[in-house]
Amino acid sequence: MQLNNKSKPVRHSLTLATATLLGSVSAPGYGAASNDWEIDSSVLYYAEDGRVSAIEPVVRARKTIGDDEFLTFRLVVDSLTGSSANGAIATTAAQTFTKPSGDATYTTAANTTPLDPSFHDTRVAVNGEWEKPLQDNLKGIFGANLSKEYDYTSLGASATLAWDFNSRNTTFTTGLSLNLDTVKPVGGIPDGLTAMPTTTTFTKASVGDSDNKTVVDVLLGITQVIGRKTLMQFNYTYGQDDGYLTDPYKILSVVTDAGTATLAATPYLYEQRPDSRVRNAFYWKTVHQFEQDVVNFSYRYYWDDWGITSHTFDARYRYELGGGHYLMPHARYYLQDKADFYHYKLVDGDIPRYASADYRLGDLSTTTLGLKYGVELSENSEFSVRAEIMKQQSRGSGATFPDVDAMILQANYSFLF
Amino acid sequence: MTKLALSALCCCLLLAGCNLQGVRPWERNVLAQKKMQLDPYPNDSYLDDHIYYSKESSSGGAGVGGGGCGCN
Repeated sequence: MQLNNKSKPVRHSLTLATATLLGSVSAPGYGAASNDWEIDSSVLYYAEDGRVSAIEPVVRARKTIGDDEFLTFRLVVDSLTGSSANGAIATTAAQTFTKPSGDATYTTAANTTPLDPSFHDTRVAVNGEWEKPLQDNLKGIFGANLSKEYDYTSLGASATLAWDFNSRNTTFTTGLSLNLDTVKPVGGIPDGLTAMPTTTTFTKASVGDSDNKTVVDVLLGITQVIGRKTLMQFNYTYGQDDGYLTDPYKILSVVTDAGTATLAATPYLYEQRPDSRVRNAFYWKTVHQFEQDVVNFSYRYYWDDWGITSHTFDARYRYELGGGHYLMPHARYYLQDKADFYHYKLVDGDIPRYASADYRLGDLSTTTLGLKYGVELSENSEFSVRAEIMKQQSRGSGATFPDVDAMILQANYSFLF
Repeated sequence: MTKLALSALCCCLLLAGCNLQGVRPWERNVLAQKKMQLDPYPNDSYLDDHIYYSKESSSGGAGVGGGGCGCN
């Protein structure tokens, strides 16, 4: 390929087109001058009906530091507050639980799903990526990330190689990431499937102050230019988690008989999950442009050795209004089959080796509908807002958890600096 | 599922094979547009990933890296 300064526009297009092939691992700035920082700033407001709410500002900065060589940084602050389901079932009588610290209690009214009101945390996450050409048609992306919250720390690194061939119409991508996480829950690590005290008089059985887990992910993918207006991506990811995978704040109710909601003498047990998990995902994404509008569709099939399988459908349609304005409807549907050890409640005398009543491990669906509006303020700046509603519902027969309704609001401003 | 993944991979390779001529560099004006990238709105993707990682039990697919969270 002959490239020189005189062919800069073509070269620029080629750079962008090549980066397009690497879409999920590199999103180049369009029209960015080489010495400028490309800034993407966002603020997310997420609120569940009667439960948790979060405010999450994100700043992403990207700079060209050489020929097809980029640095990208991201800073995220995530502030959460509100109530979170503790895993216990609603009963006909009021229920009292100890807070994770063990030095206070909270009471849930009769016929109400128990929520732990002491849920609040602030997370700070930083991420850096160095994207560098290694050879002709071969690019490397090397990343590192650190995330810190009051009771959880995550430290990770990743490397991705992307090889273009078939006249740069096909890109083979392979990636590896490793995360080392430490959980240090308030009140220590509870001994799984032991009793949660219902008064502050007693102390929960603890197996230590903190524990660790490792998360390894491997990616194999192919991105294919289908035509002048169509791009397609196929990925397979394999993941393995080892270590403490239990949620230290979740409990299960224990009833006297399967057909009742009458609590046993020991009414609540801390959950216990297996200490390893093997995850797989197959992912397909297509981007196609019509006259001016662009449709972006993806499908993911996920399965793991906890017995969870899921289907995720995601579609966005960018409708050009003209003059730099656009509307983008978004629809997402998620369908999940439960983990083998998910139990809505346990029966006294029949306690399994592993059990969790965390509804996120149950049979559920998530439906999200949203609309985004964006406008190009200038050649190098854009403003957009989006509003979405999300509903999570239990699936299947029998006793189930109540719906979770959430609202997602987000504002974005992108510019060159 | 292995069969499904292999089938999809074969389909992709077939598509690649059918596209030996490919799209030429000078025909890439559409593909070069930001809105035609696989991840044209990276902050939206990041925030969505975080929301659904926190509320569902599936992860992975689009890429690797990015970090974890407690997400109780």
